[in-house]
Amino acid sequence: MTMKSIDIQLLEQPLDTQACIDFVNDPGSGGTAVFIGTVRNQTAGKQVIRLEFEAYGPMAIQEMRKIAEQIVERWSAHKVAVHHRVGTLGIGEIAVAIAVATPHRKAAFEACQYAIDTLKETVPIWKKEFFEDGAVWVAAHP
Amino acid sequence: MEINILAFGIAKDILGSNQLQLQLPEAATVAQLKQLLLEKYPAFEDLRALAIAVNSAYADDQLPLQQQDEVALIPPVSGG
Repeated sequence: MTMKSIDIQLLEQPLDTQACIDFVNDPGSGGTAVFIGTVRNQTAGKQVIRLEFEAYGPMAIQEMRKIAEQIVERWSAHKVAVHHRVGTLGIGEIAVAIAVATPHRKAAFEACQYAIDTLKETVPIWKKEFFEDGAVWVAAHP
Repeated sequence: MEINILAFGIAKDILGSNQLQLQLPEAATVAQLKQLLLEKYPAFEDLRALAIAVNSAYADDQLPLQQQDEVALIPPVSGG
């Protein structure tokens, strides 16, 4: 595995999904799966105004890299890009973009799903939802 | 020894700061750190979980701490 097979970024500016797709473009890959996570306008029926994402930067990048390395190993992915946004995001803005290129399509879908599911469990990034009448750190309390 | 601790997300709100210095016995473990934190800041009890990172990696409860370690409080993550 070379470092050039993996592109991990934590960015304050809007994410460029095409950059993720372009990065994973690879002549040996027959399939690319892309996941784009966007800011939804409501949570459990309550209107969301905006989100704020905070990250423990160095560790977040390290944990995202671990996920990408697992994907390269387990699904024989040739290329993986994981970009996550931090700061203030409005409704519809992109919070996370993941692209995975593998020799065959099934592995691309599986690996992409693994990437977003694992990111949500292990990567030290926190989301605060802002409503008309207050704000909450998502998933902090049982 | 004095340990410097970084806090993120709701942990920052509980401490009222993004950093905290704590006095711990030499070679105190992650479990001891958690114990002391819960005593000083009972609001951590209300969280779904609280992980500790040492030098940017998740740490086991048994890990002994060293003064120069970068320690961080990791409340339940919610990225993506």
